[in-house]
Amino acid sequence: MKEGSAAERLYNGLIKENPTLVIVLGMCPTLAVTTSAMNGIGMGLSTTVVLALSNLFISLLRNIIPDKIRIPAFIVIIATFVTMVDMLMEGFTPALYTQLGIYIPLIVVNCIILGRAEAYAYSNGPASSFFDGVGMGLGFTCAITLIGFIRELIGSGAVFGMPLGNLSDFTPTIFVMAPGAFFVLATIIAVRAKIIDNIEKKKGERLPVKHTDEDGIDCATCSARATCSGHMGTEQQ
Amino acid sequence: MAEEKTEKRMLSVTANPHVRDSITTQKIMLYVIIALLPATFFGIWNFGVYSLVIVIATVASAVLSEYLYEKLLHLPITISDCSAAVTGLLLALNMPPTAPIWMCILGSAFAIIVVKMLFGGLGQNFMNPALGARCFLLISFAGRMTNFATDTYTGPTPLAMIKNGETINTFTMVLGRESGTIGETSVIAIVIGACFLILMGVIDLKIPGSYIVSFALFYILFGGHGANPYYLTAHLAGGGLMLGAFFMATDYVTSPITTKGKIIFGVILGILTGVFRIFASGAEGVSYAIIIGNLLVPLIERYAPLKCFGYRKPEKEVKA
Repeated sequence: MKEGSAAERLYNGLIKENPTLVIVLGMCPTLAVTTSAMNGIGMGLSTTVVLALSNLFISLLRNIIPDKIRIPAFIVIIATFVTMVDMLMEGFTPALYTQLGIYIPLIVVNCIILGRAEAYAYSNGPASSFFDGVGMGLGFTCAITLIGFIRELIGSGAVFGMPLGNLSDFTPTIFVMAPGAFFVLATIIAVRAKIIDNIEKKKGERLPVKHTDEDGIDCATCSARATCSGHMGTEQQ
Repeated sequence: MAEEKTEKRMLSVTANPHVRDSITTQKIMLYVIIALLPATFFGIWNFGVYSLVIVIATVASAVLSEYLYEKLLHLPITISDCSAAVTGLLLALNMPPTAPIWMCILGSAFAIIVVKMLFGGLGQNFMNPALGARCFLLISFAGRMTNFATDTYTGPTPLAMIKNGETINTFTMVLGRESGTIGETSVIAIVIGACFLILMGVIDLKIPGSYIVSFALFYILFGGHGANPYYLTAHLAGGGLMLGAFFMATDYVTSPITTKGKIIFGVILGILTGVFRIFASGAEGVSYAIIIGNLLVPLIERYAPLKCFGYRKPEKEVKA
């Protein structure tokens, strides 16, 4: 896939650099609103809209925004879109809006949005920035919907709001409370890491790991290289 | 002596510990199981045969979860050190006598897999597995975990009765003929087991002593009844205080090593238990107090670290 193409950006956001499961950003909404799968979808999609549009506009304005005040400028752009999403949701999806409550206005301070603005949109063209936002947003949506789905199923015995018989009499409520969010998130991250690890092993290709010591000094340029045995293992591979 | 000097000996250099002793993890765990038997049998006699079913189910599922986890992850099987059985037995003693079997199995699996094995197994767990599972069940199934109504006892637990302003009989509380979880009711049975552990040198009185004394002092100061022996006895004998102080706060893995640390730990537990019992909405707070105390252990150990062998305090400079 060509670097910066729409497909590459979408793949990057959904799988390779999934904002929730790999970069572990945006933990506040991830942990707080994922008590049900519907909440996850609502939160994820509204964040996706803000992310795609703010990435697009920051990328368009990147040559005008002075470097020193770029963060305030990003926040203004992001806040504009969040306010629009906030009002639209209040008008058209009032039930979901009440469910998500304070977390809709708080999209402004979602690290994923500011992170992508700083890391990608500020130094890349508008088209690929837009798709980067869409990919990251969908990656976030998928991840928190999955967390919401599992928590809802285990914690309140329901799938997308529909109760499964009287299963809810036997489900541990802790999964729809705060600790459950941590259990489920941690398990999903671990399982994903394991799967990716296995795939990489099968392909026989590993990402080249730069070997550094505890202080972050690169072994290749270390002055004690001749006498140190720490770098031997990695070179033989 | 002369021969020994001339004899060529191979000295092996290894890292510590260097002490050779016949005490093993397995032995200590067996002692703990033996010490818990009086409370277990009393609970079964007090609440009926169904309690025996709960105990067996909980212990068996704890051991089985450890076995299955280690089998699935190709780890060395460690069920023979009996620590899983101890966790299961402690959890069973913390269950109400009406607990459904599936809940016991769920609790055991949570204790062993989530609290213990995911953090690296015995010696690595950051909180007492049995109490972690008890709190997990208490939060998840509040109704079932506080349903103490059996054929013999229909009323609430003595501590709940005191909280509601009803009168209780402190003599039956010390004996243990009252409602509560399976293993917590009889002070006498628990103290017999605790004495056995102290005599065998498995636990000492530093943590339980400072825990119980500081709780009693806290209760006298803030309980609203002063040093009234009636309320004081009821609070010391009621709930999980004795079981928690002797068997769960003294867990090696989740308590400090040094004497100073142990006493600080006990005092923190005493104060937390007092706060939960007097000011919180529930009647009992021992399990929450101990797991919160467990979380503070690394901090306590930084304040009260183990001194290096041969360490001497630097002498103060004498002014000429």
